[in-house]
Amino acid sequence: MTRELGKLLESIAIPVVALLVSLFLFSVFVSFSGANAFEVLGGIYRGAFGSWFSWQNTLVRAAPLMLTALCTALPARIGLIVIGGEGAMVIGGLFAALTGIYLDGLNPLLVISCMTLAGVITGGSWVAAMGALKHYRNVNETISSLLLNYIAIAILSFLVLGILRDPATLNNPSSYPIGEANMIGDIGDTSIHGGLLFGLAICIGLWFLMRRTIYGFAVDIVGGNIRAAQISGLPVGKLIILTCFLGGAAAGIAGVIEVAAVHGRANLSLNAGYGYAGILVAFLARHNPIAIIPVAILLGGIRASSGLLQRSFDLPDATTLVLQGIIFIVILASEALYGRIKWFQPKVTSNA
Amino acid sequence: MGKENINKVRRSVLKALAAAGAVSVLGGMGASSALAAISKVKMGFIYVGPRDDYGYNQSHFEGKTSVASMKWVKAVDEENVPETIEVVKTMESMINLDGVQVLFPTSFGYFDPHILKVAKKYPDVTFLHCGGLWDAKKHPKNVGSYFGYIDEPVYLSGVIAGHMSKTGKLGYIAAIPIPQVLRNINSFTLGARSVNPDITTNVVFTGGWANPVKEAEAANSMADQGIDVLTCHVDSPKVVVQTAEKRGIFSCGYHTNQSVLAPKGFLTGAEWNWSKVYSDYADMIKNGKKIPNLVRGGLKEGLVKSSPYGKAVTKKAKADAEVVRKKFMDGSMIVYKGPIKDNTGKTVIPAGKEYTQTDIWLESMNWLVEGVIGTTKG
Amino acid sequence: MPESDMGIIGVIIAVLGGAIRIGTPFLFVSLGECLTEKSGRINLGLEANLVMGAMSGYGVAYLSGSAWLGVLVAGLTGTVLGLIHAMLCQQNRVNDIAVGIAMMLFGTGLAFFLGKPFIQPVAPRLPSLSLGTWSESPVVQAALEINVLFIIGLILAPLMAWFFKNAKWGLFVRTVGESRDAALAMGINVNLVRMYSTMAGGFLAGIGGSFLSLYYPGSWNEGLSSGQGLMAVALVIFARWNPMYCLYASLLFGGASALGPALQSVGITQGYYLFNAAPYVLTLAIMVITSSKKQRFAGMPGEMSNI
Repeated sequence: MTRELGKLLESIAIPVVALLVSLFLFSVFVSFSGANAFEVLGGIYRGAFGSWFSWQNTLVRAAPLMLTALCTALPARIGLIVIGGEGAMVIGGLFAALTGIYLDGLNPLLVISCMTLAGVITGGSWVAAMGALKHYRNVNETISSLLLNYIAIAILSFLVLGILRDPATLNNPSSYPIGEANMIGDIGDTSIHGGLLFGLAICIGLWFLMRRTIYGFAVDIVGGNIRAAQISGLPVGKLIILTCFLGGAAAGIAGVIEVAAVHGRANLSLNAGYGYAGILVAFLARHNPIAIIPVAILLGGIRASSGLLQRSFDLPDATTLVLQGIIFIVILASEALYGRIKWFQPKVTSNA
Repeated sequence: MGKENINKVRRSVLKALAAAGAVSVLGGMGASSALAAISKVKMGFIYVGPRDDYGYNQSHFEGKTSVASMKWVKAVDEENVPETIEVVKTMESMINLDGVQVLFPTSFGYFDPHILKVAKKYPDVTFLHCGGLWDAKKHPKNVGSYFGYIDEPVYLSGVIAGHMSKTGKLGYIAAIPIPQVLRNINSFTLGARSVNPDITTNVVFTGGWANPVKEAEAANSMADQGIDVLTCHVDSPKVVVQTAEKRGIFSCGYHTNQSVLAPKGFLTGAEWNWSKVYSDYADMIKNGKKIPNLVRGGLKEGLVKSSPYGKAVTKKAKADAEVVRKKFMDGSMIVYKGPIKDNTGKTVIPAGKEYTQTDIWLESMNWLVEGVIGTTKG
Repeated sequence: MPESDMGIIGVIIAVLGGAIRIGTPFLFVSLGECLTEKSGRINLGLEANLVMGAMSGYGVAYLSGSAWLGVLVAGLTGTVLGLIHAMLCQQNRVNDIAVGIAMMLFGTGLAFFLGKPFIQPVAPRLPSLSLGTWSESPVVQAALEINVLFIIGLILAPLMAWFFKNAKWGLFVRTVGESRDAALAMGINVNLVRMYSTMAGGFLAGIGGSFLSLYYPGSWNEGLSSGQGLMAVALVIFARWNPMYCLYASLLFGGASALGPALQSVGITQGYYLFNAAPYVLTLAIMVITSSKKQRFAGMPGEMSNI
């Protein structure tokens, strides 16, 4: 057992076991509420992965999660705990919609590119601000990101119900539409919108960036020991701000997709809770952009199955919340096991 | 939707029930398979919030429960479905996995683009949306909408409030300034002013449909200002009614019956009667009748109703309100009859002009009537 | 004094009344978090304690008929959640903040799940002291209707300050929070002290939650909390880990939250969304102003310097 192999196996085996333990605990919980645990687990499977229809449901839900998870995962790699994905998504979506409205009429490809750019810049700056506040003023980034979430939602409400409001959207106040031509359509024949491709591409791209480039290496150093990084001359402040910017940009793109692929305008539905779900995905994936993809799919599946659970078993909507919470807790507890299980460790050879 | 249609439907329901009764008396396997031959209508209901919120979503849930008790209906429902792609997936899931033939997505924000998108994909499924503005020119034929003119019982609440208020100040706690909400506020005020022309209504917008702390705070600060009748248009009126009772002032309910929460101060309220709407639709489908795309109705058609009067309501107030109710029932009551000024002094309905409840102009209301203290701008 | 047309005075009274009404849960949660953080641990999961406390308090009060029993049970559920949090954080390599977020998800989901049957019924309310009977104005009377939990919190704050300065266990908590090594050298069981602090903090936060459902707004449903548990953590930092400042900060915060609705009811209705954001902006501004890279906070427990 080499060190490399051991680490890889460990990073797969422990989460899998943790998941199984979570499912077990969840079954116990569900049985106490009077439902048949096996049937419920079966229902979750059916609703998430049981048919092509379920798969589409799952993938569509996974797409925004992949992006908002990056908003927590990237800053986490550099040592910051940021939970501001919700705010960045809202701001990115809002400005993307504004861009789309303003540029409507030009070449759709150009419009969508500009919208994405707007989402990237605004979402990225939103989170970069949190990073700057942390580095230069030592303001706790977890709390500042939370506060900025609420502020972002207030800004959205204020604009969408106020000066940006399209008078034709009477009972569901929204901004003007960005125009049919500028919307992102579904992939081929499926009912999955193009946002999934964005999510996959960005996760893979950022994985490459974080794990295979000098920049990523520098981030790891800062994240591991900030003082050592400073001593060795790394531009810690700039790295922090850049990393936060990238994370926020990803969440901003999630907002762009919500506008361009789902709603066609900016309204209060932009505040959909994807940001908070993304936090969970990031931690479960241990902040590794590539692992975010399967974790987002798993979580998307759990959320997709919620409807089926409600209808088939009369279980309340909060059931899947409890499952997600249990998974999160067990996975965190399993953190303690890394490096402690002998089987995964390289054998110590004895001196002859 | 005309009176005739509903009556025809009512008669066929009675006929069907009688037939079913006769068949079951014949007893045994034969009867149940005969009933089964009347194929079950599968209905799906979707709520944007929790189904036991003592308010909007609960009113739909109650409607679903009553229609699900009919033997020829199988109803499924889902709560807490947000107005995003998730409702699209929920609808598709109900269609594909549960075989639902009629969908009732009950929140306004589901209509555009979600219902329209799914309706195009499944032309054999009927989508009946609560509150949407179906337009024959723009929208697919398998989509329809229904809504009750709840501002009629709200008007009646206003009449009672006008009688019962000692300070002449009423309070309205509302979510966001959209036409349905503004119409309620205006009807309430017009009703109160028909009794006391100097009465005022203070409006506080909380900014969201479910915000208990803001609602409680608004209720308290209104009571501080000397307002002695409170009502609201939020998803769950529970907090407002309870806070009013705590402060010792009157309250009028909304969506469902909250009288239990305020034994002393509850006056009356405006409620939905979705059970009627849903059972009517169930019948139409069962009898293969074409479903009208636009269903609207008020007190007369039975789509909405008033909560029973509370203990505190005076005889005079009741008598007065009942006179008005009769006018609603025989169709002679026009709430929006000119001259009506808004609260900035502008005349919005000139003298001599009147709008009946079905007039589409009312559904894009964006002003507050004279006597309302508040603004529609955020 | 005429009741109607109270105008500006009315707004001020509404804000003062609101400061106490809205501030009480903040007070309890921030005092609880203060205790936990003094021992060197940050507990972001208090939002869960708040919501679970609200639900369990309401449910027990309804089923038993006693609001105070509900408060007690709410505190106990908070203690259990605190225990789980402590046990998780004690493990090697487990990140405090991540655990807090996990607890938040789990506790909130659990509360919504178990709380379904309690949304409809009406539970008995907590009593309040009518300190305004000297006034003829119902407005002043209402504003001076002080709930008993606030009075308890009012006593608790200076008590906690005294505890940190003079009590033996208070000293233990501070030492563990300042320097783990120093505590070990003194023979203090670091993990145990932190665990107790987290449990006690959780207890207080649970009580804060019961206030929401048993007094103000006084009902249980899924939208009851809007992040108050997390804001309280911000308050503690703002209050420099001083229990008395926690009290003032909670009142300030409560008043800021009451400002929006109060202004609207006198007719000042422009920009209410921005008013809704006022408390958050206020907290952020204060945090930015009072944080500084150069000096470590006066009062920040040494073991927390990594936050």
